[in-house]
Amino acid sequence: MTVTVKLRFFASLREKLGEGEALELPEGSTVAAARMALQARGGVHAEALAPGRAVRSALNQKMCTESALLSDGDELAFFPPVTGG
Amino acid sequence: MARVCIQTTDFDLSKEADALRLEDGGVGAVVAFVGTVREHSSGAAVSAMELEHYPGMTEAAIEAMVEAALARFDIRAAKVIHRVGRLEARDQIVLVLVTSAHRGQAFQACEFLMDYLKTQAPFWKKEHTPDGAHWVDARVADDEALARWGISGGNAA
Repeated sequence: MTVTVKLRFFASLREKLGEGEALELPEGSTVAAARMALQARGGVHAEALAPGRAVRSALNQKMCTESALLSDGDELAFFPPVTGG
Repeated sequence: MARVCIQTTDFDLSKEADALRLEDGGVGAVVAFVGTVREHSSGAAVSAMELEHYPGMTEAAIEAMVEAALARFDIRAAKVIHRVGRLEARDQIVLVLVTSAHRGQAFQACEFLMDYLKTQAPFWKKEHTPDGAHWVDARVADDEALARWGISGGNAA
């Protein structure tokens, strides 16, 4: 069984990786697993999402930790630390 | 009247303050914070800035912050306007307005909202300088400002 999530990228991650696409993962995958699957593509993905880089995530438009569990149809966003105001 | 506005257009502080206070005869204090684009950042000249947001999430996150402020402080109302898109040096970026019966709570709630917004609202700034454009890094000091209210943000760290 798999789940498919809709990826979104913002700011510097959007410039490097695009607006986002659909990503299929094994059922029971976490946000961390999604990030690792993207890193495994190598190239800009490996560089932009490297373990040492400050990347924040949101699941269905709410800030989340990387231990959050993914469900089919979820919207998963990755972005740098926020800098508004 | 919407409590949270994300817009490309400028805002008028007096007009917004009047709209918020005139709808409530119990208001005795209006506190406003306006953030603007500095023409220098870390020594470099900044000619313009681009602000990006996460449509839907940004509005919802700020709505939740306004709810938190209303629950935490004895205030009458709050309004947040945040601009996005391209802004020039000296332009206005953000407005936080808070009304209350007495000034103390409005001052506190305004600072609380700004501290929250800086570290938890999905906005990203890109500065244009003579050396090119670069994304602004999050500041640990902003996380520390939020920690004063007992909220651990962990945005920059």
